Amino acid sequence: MKSGSNLERVLAAGHFAVTAEIGPPMDCNGDVVLEKARLLRGYADAFNITDCQTAVVRMSSIASAVLVMREGLEPIAQMTCRDRNRIAMQADILGAAALGVRNCLCIAGDHQSFGAAGRLKGHPGAKNVYDVDSIQLVAILKGLRDEGRQQGGDEIEQRPPLWIGAVWTPMGDPIDFRPWRLAKKVAAGADFIQTQGIYDMELFRQQMKQVQDMGLHEKTAILAGIIVPRNLGMLRYMDAAVAGVSVPQELMARMSAARKSAGDDKAQARRNQEEEGTKIAVELIEQARETEGVRGVHVQAIEWERKVPEIVERAGLLPRPTPPAEA
Amino acid sequence: MIVAERKPLGEIIGFIEDFRKVLVIGCGGCATVCLAGGETETKIVGSALRIAARKAGRQQQILEDCVTRQCEPEFVEPVPGRLGDENIDAVLSLACGVGVNLLAERLGDVPVFPGLNTKFLGATAEPGVWVEMCAGCGNCVLHLTGGICPVARCSKSILNGPCGGSSDGKCEISPDVDCGWELIIRRMERLGTLDRLVEIAEPRDWSSSPHGGPRRVVREDLRQLAAEAEEEKATTA
Repeated sequence: MKSGSNLERVLAAGHFAVTAEIGPPMDCNGDVVLEKARLLRGYADAFNITDCQTAVVRMSSIASAVLVMREGLEPIAQMTCRDRNRIAMQADILGAAALGVRNCLCIAGDHQSFGAAGRLKGHPGAKNVYDVDSIQLVAILKGLRDEGRQQGGDEIEQRPPLWIGAVWTPMGDPIDFRPWRLAKKVAAGADFIQTQGIYDMELFRQQMKQVQDMGLHEKTAILAGIIVPRNLGMLRYMDAAVAGVSVPQELMARMSAARKSAGDDKAQARRNQEEEGTKIAVELIEQARETEGVRGVHVQAIEWERKVPEIVERAGLLPRPTPPAEA
Repeated sequence: MIVAERKPLGEIIGFIEDFRKVLVIGCGGCATVCLAGGETETKIVGSALRIAARKAGRQQQILEDCVTRQCEPEFVEPVPGRLGDENIDAVLSLACGVGVNLLAERLGDVPVFPGLNTKFLGATAEPGVWVEMCAGCGNCVLHLTGGICPVARCSKSILNGPCGGSSDGKCEISPDVDCGWELIIRRMERLGTLDRLVEIAEPRDWSSSPHGGPRRVVREDLRQLAAEAEEEKATTA
């Protein structure tokens, strides 16, 4: 075991892993995090704690990770390269490890101009860092863990036991290069991969075919990203505006039909779409499970965390396994 | 070239409105090429400032000049003398920030104000459009990326790109911005060197960039030559 994390143990025992996401609040209300944690306990093997996603200031990923640990959940601390240089990132991850965090997901992070895609002000005038990129960050964490060495070369005594993750956007442009970029993440030391949300399962399978031909699925655990669609507007937005996400016409038509079937009843239209979105998410999970080389799913119900238990249950992924910790 | 853009006139007027006699100095270098602060623009700004002064009822004299290059001491050398001779009490520079800095070091107690915003090192993409192409980071990696710079042309300066935000060849920050890594990949594909991108680029040493502190380049051979020439001059004299 590299980290002994629950996620690592679940995967090592050959189970189909489930991770979910917890978004910290924009203020210092820890109860929000604890509440989400209580809601989700037992429904996934580990929980991503986002790190100022969409470039909006939120309670820190590591602090929130420690909060969810109080509720008995295992966190995956996300770490973006946007906000910190290599000094700060190594310091933070050593601190996180000391506090008991065992999983870290290395990501570039949305550009600071994002500001929740214009829904919030954000901090578009911020200076970004990008001292290192996500692939380099993976290698830095691996160096700390496996070689007991900081990036600058200084040796450390106690090595952080981390299960190192990275993100893959299988259908991002340029799509022909995406498997190669995954190969770089794996070569850098990514133990697990969570993909960008997938709706076009056919295209994803084509990409996975190449990943298998390259043998990457054996060197890392790939968890397919499932973003639960809540309504037609969200599907349309993701199709049009989120890089690397394309939504097949068929799914769009299903959601559209769900909305229309309620006639003028807006509340019913919302409920119909939520039910259809849940169905779609469950189906996508099942399809991901049948995709060769995929070893788990990463379920993102953005600002809709309470829906995760139902989805995981309907997908037949309960109860979650509890592999024993190493003696 | 160094690409610059004129500051809004209102901002410039705010800098100089309290001065009686102002010299506007253009630059014959990059600022001329990017049509921001050459001879023509100097005249335009001068005229605009005169009109503004008259409209506001201010007694203000605006003079114009344009030097060959404001970033070279020999070309700005005559400026301090002129300021003294003509009782000029403020200077508006239409050069890049380098010109403003050099004048500030040499103009004694006469203030110099920037008339331009210095934008970046770039090229003309089409008439009226300039694009950043070099970040001046001090340790060129262009041999690794098909001649297209990831530091300047990727919004995240990622060395192992592209990130997940690339879409139809455009960057996540704007549909008007090309994804630098898409450009790199297509270029290297054409050159038949795409396989080189499989290598992981290590974290780079940014000490050669502005992050390392103010930079200087020293060429000892040239310093030596200059010292020798000085010496020769002294001997002959």
